Amino acid sequence: MKKLFGWLPTSSYYVLTAGLAIIFLAPLVWTAVTSLSPQAGSAQTDGWGFGNYDTLIHYQLGVGKYAWNSTVITLLTVVFVLIVSLLGGYAFAKFDFPGKNALFLLTLSILMVPYATLLIPLMVSLKAMHLNNTLIGVALVIAMFQLPFATFMMRISFEAVPREMEESALIDGCGTFGALARVLLPAVKPGLITVGLFAFLAAWNDFMVPLYLVGSENQPLPLALVNMRQQVMGVIDYGATQAGVTVLAIPCVVLFLVLQRQYVAGFMSGALKG
Amino acid sequence: MATQPSNALARETGGSRPRRLRLPRVSRAGRSDYRRFNKRSLLGIAYATPTALFVLIFFVVPLVLVFVMSGSDWSLLGGRKGVNFPENFHDVVQHRWFWQSIWFTIKYTVIVTILLIGLGLGLALLVQESTKWKGFLRTAILVPSALGLASASLLFYALYSPQVGPISPMLKVLGLTSGDTVILGSPSGAMWATVFLVVWRFSGFYMLLLLVGLQGIPSDLYEAARMDGAKTWKIFSRITLPLLRPSIALSTIMCVTGSLLAFDQFYILTKGGPDASTMTVVQLIYNIAFESKKSLGMAAALSVIVLFALVLINVFQMRVLRDPDKK
Repeated sequence: MKKLFGWLPTSSYYVLTAGLAIIFLAPLVWTAVTSLSPQAGSAQTDGWGFGNYDTLIHYQLGVGKYAWNSTVITLLTVVFVLIVSLLGGYAFAKFDFPGKNALFLLTLSILMVPYATLLIPLMVSLKAMHLNNTLIGVALVIAMFQLPFATFMMRISFEAVPREMEESALIDGCGTFGALARVLLPAVKPGLITVGLFAFLAAWNDFMVPLYLVGSENQPLPLALVNMRQQVMGVIDYGATQAGVTVLAIPCVVLFLVLQRQYVAGFMSGALKG
Repeated sequence: MATQPSNALARETGGSRPRRLRLPRVSRAGRSDYRRFNKRSLLGIAYATPTALFVLIFFVVPLVLVFVMSGSDWSLLGGRKGVNFPENFHDVVQHRWFWQSIWFTIKYTVIVTILLIGLGLGLALLVQESTKWKGFLRTAILVPSALGLASASLLFYALYSPQVGPISPMLKVLGLTSGDTVILGSPSGAMWATVFLVVWRFSGFYMLLLLVGLQGIPSDLYEAARMDGAKTWKIFSRITLPLLRPSIALSTIMCVTGSLLAFDQFYILTKGGPDASTMTVVQLIYNIAFESKKSLGMAAALSVIVLFALVLINVFQMRVLRDPDKK
């Protein structure tokens, strides 16, 4: 395959690829830079500074409140997904019980059902459980949507652990839970990190679930920013929007750069076995 | 890929054989084996319980409920007010935006899928080998995929704005438009602007999926072909493409499903406008539930239609795209 782009002289290869890199990076850099730069119609009109971030801080309940909502939703989602998929993956990989394959397939079939199809009835059923308009309700729903990937990922992680490892722990007098906590947990840690990363990105960025399920005071950051833009229709404060996008993007980009290997590993397993 | 199911099967049966009961009624050892097997499967059920509860409460129950709702007169604020069975479906199909939104969703899906798979494949080939520069390229192309679709849409909303965005002036300088253009102001402008955003956000994702497939192709195949004097194009079309088929199939199914259900990008960027020209089906569900009719019954009916359409389309795709060897 080396020669597929071999017809390109080396210099034009670099020009082409550098151009590509710029196209993919420029919008991010542009947003971060313009959120600080002077701009008419924003809070930052002369000189560089944090005026737009100041607008955000004082918008309605304050950006802090919305960031807090996002943080709570994200942490709860990650915790739910990690616990449920850890135990579920263990069950699916190492145990035999009636209905195992049916439950596994049912979990995977969540992928086949559109978000919107479930969100309309979830509005009603969460209300019956007194979970409507709560952060925990949003987290539970986002966690459910993460389960197919997470359960699949944890199942193959546990399957890759040699059976002797669990058995020797059982012989040493551990219960299955002891074996899980002391012996298997370290072995499936890479899988857990991948699952946690994807759950984090999904929960932090989710827009549609909270749009359907929560009211103004429980909005997470993405929803609050979209609503902020709409409430000042006509005079859209682009500066504040850019500052908001920057706030939203920074944790994702940092986490992605730090955990890039796990991100790719998630794809490896998904794509090879899918 | 082809050997996967049989491997899994072998592992499963092999894995349980030592514990599985052979002749439970005969020997004492057999009985204790039986008990151990029982206890072990009870433990398995215990560990699977959280998954089962989650799936039951947040997936199965709503799924049943959406069918009930689709047959009910159910308003956003008033709740259930009796049966409204064929009428909900009838009203949805008669909705003035129903066929329009379906047509637009299909058009959008075809365009996005062709662009994303083509571009994903091109990029995957471009960054295949691991050199420092290609590693950097890979990261650069992947970074947007860490961003949420909602954040990316807000970002491009500003990027496209005639007031602060650089795109309008750039188009003017290039001579593609005259005067101050509002990119999102025309139906085709709004659609292509959204397509560009989605391609920017998802190219890295599909590049990665296809890259994984490319790296699964044994390199001695390439060497053998080159020894036989095969040209680059021939190697690509006779070796790379056929062996990449499972990855391309997976990417296509994911891309088609994702695009058919497009919501965030249009909700934020175009609001379905101008004149509902970029209204997708999922947006129409939202519109019926919250904005125009405020009828959850009709929204549920449309959701059910979308669900069936999606299942049918996916079954069809799997038929067409699956490995011909496995037929």
